[in-house]
Amino acid sequence: MNSLINASYLVASVCFILTLQFLSSPKHARQGLLIGAFGMTVAVVATLFKPEIVTYKWIIPSFLVGSLIGTAMSAWIPMTKMPERIALSHSFGGLAASLVGISEYIRHDPMEMSRVTVAALGFETFFGFLTFTGSMMAFGKLQGFITGAPITFKGLNAINIAAFLGSIVALVIFVIHPEMKEIFYTVSATGLIIGVTAVIPIGGADMPVVISLLNSYAGLASSATGFAIGNNVLIIAGALDGTSGFILSMMMSKAMNRSFANVLFGAFGTGGGSAPATAGTDARAPQYNQGTIEDAVSTLEAAQSVIIVPGYGMAVSQAQHAVRDLGAALEKRGATVRYAIHPVAGRMPGHMNVLLAEADVSYEQLFDIEDINDDFAQNDVVLVVGANDVVNPAAKTNKQSPIYGMPVFNVEQSRTVIVLKRSMNTGFSGLDNELFYQPNTMVVLGDAKKTIQAFKAELETRE
Amino acid sequence: MANELLLALYIFVLAGFLGHHVISKVPPLLHTPLMAGTNAIAGISLVGSLVAAGGDFSNASTILGFIAVVCAAINAVGGFLITDRMLRMFRKKGERRS
Repeated sequence: MNSLINASYLVASVCFILTLQFLSSPKHARQGLLIGAFGMTVAVVATLFKPEIVTYKWIIPSFLVGSLIGTAMSAWIPMTKMPERIALSHSFGGLAASLVGISEYIRHDPMEMSRVTVAALGFETFFGFLTFTGSMMAFGKLQGFITGAPITFKGLNAINIAAFLGSIVALVIFVIHPEMKEIFYTVSATGLIIGVTAVIPIGGADMPVVISLLNSYAGLASSATGFAIGNNVLIIAGALDGTSGFILSMMMSKAMNRSFANVLFGAFGTGGGSAPATAGTDARAPQYNQGTIEDAVSTLEAAQSVIIVPGYGMAVSQAQHAVRDLGAALEKRGATVRYAIHPVAGRMPGHMNVLLAEADVSYEQLFDIEDINDDFAQNDVVLVVGANDVVNPAAKTNKQSPIYGMPVFNVEQSRTVIVLKRSMNTGFSGLDNELFYQPNTMVVLGDAKKTIQAFKAELETRE
Repeated sequence: MANELLLALYIFVLAGFLGHHVISKVPPLLHTPLMAGTNAIAGISLVGSLVAAGGDFSNASTILGFIAVVCAAINAVGGFLITDRMLRMFRKKGERRS
């Protein structure tokens, strides 16, 4: 029986790897997912035959409750809330791993466990709890329960360092003296604390890195569970999850030209605390061209090629469907419409792509920065929808700017740039954006969704 | 014991490399589904939670197992469903939505 169960884990591992391989193209991705779900089912059903499992009395209700919650969350969560959904699932994953760890610890005689098992249990509960509270904080920030601006106070970094060192010391003592319950619970507690104190000082705009990193920690916790209970499929699935999160967080940091350390300890974006350098006194405040709906539509009407640059503002005002409708109307008039997607636009990797796909924009129209950045010079009109830092030329020109060196779109090279903004306040990072004051830029103030709907309505009256 | 650890480390390291190789080929277009999908896969921690919930150890162990199964099942079931919901939306021009 045991070898059959282990064979089922091998099947599951192969299926999971295939799932990821199929994700290399949107064409086959769904088939890959089906394979993964099949592997999962095989592994779970086989596990039910394990001799240690003596009753299904608790398994059936808990599994049903979990499946119902999972199904409901997946069916009804709006696509704009995807970062929140992902943060929540990281926290569930972390919690599950650490609870399994505690349960393993209390039901075995610690003196009979091997050092490896003990160390794995320690890691598992530590990373599990860290992922749990960290993801909860990320969720709170995304959802607005906690301010998106970095929360810092004097001594926070000191607390972080102390908690981190404390957790290492506690882990070491735990491996030497696994029978000391207090030490085990200290390890758990430091995980819970670090999750909170490490995430609250990180600003909302850095969420893509944080979510990816938490993804990676959730994977590490799963892998540690595998080491602790001697289960290979857990080790493999955790390693896949861990590397995926790690790769994504590297990509996100690179797309912001920031190091990991800077994201984690930099508390970037003080939420307007530092006044923009260019603002000066009122009399010297830079001038910008404010356009009306009619002005903007006249420009769009004449355009042969339009590039739309969406940002987090598009998600906030749920403007993706309106954007698509406007794009379709422009295409009907003969213009080519493309979308330029920055890796860190939005609050998680791929956020904008999912929203535009939801709005039925073909993925062939979605372009990564390296594929479209040379085309701005030959482009007629750029429409910036709720993006700020990713179109800030200061990243290329101003060595003093905190975002200097970050790859940004060359939008200013296009003939005209139309920027949709709620107000002229500085964006999330608290940085002013020279783009808004350039002669070929037209700023249209107002809610992105309403403005774009007005564009389309106006465009249609001119046919 | 040392052998066991070494074997487990082998698996971990090789799976990590394989993951790196495969995941590097996922286009940025699909990064959100990738994250949701790996989340679903990590729901395999169910196999650990099921043993805790279904074993005859202690009340505390069963309660912890119960909660762990709920959490892991949310990820396993919900993760695959939401990833599929996202992937269904990605289409080429002219392709009908399935």
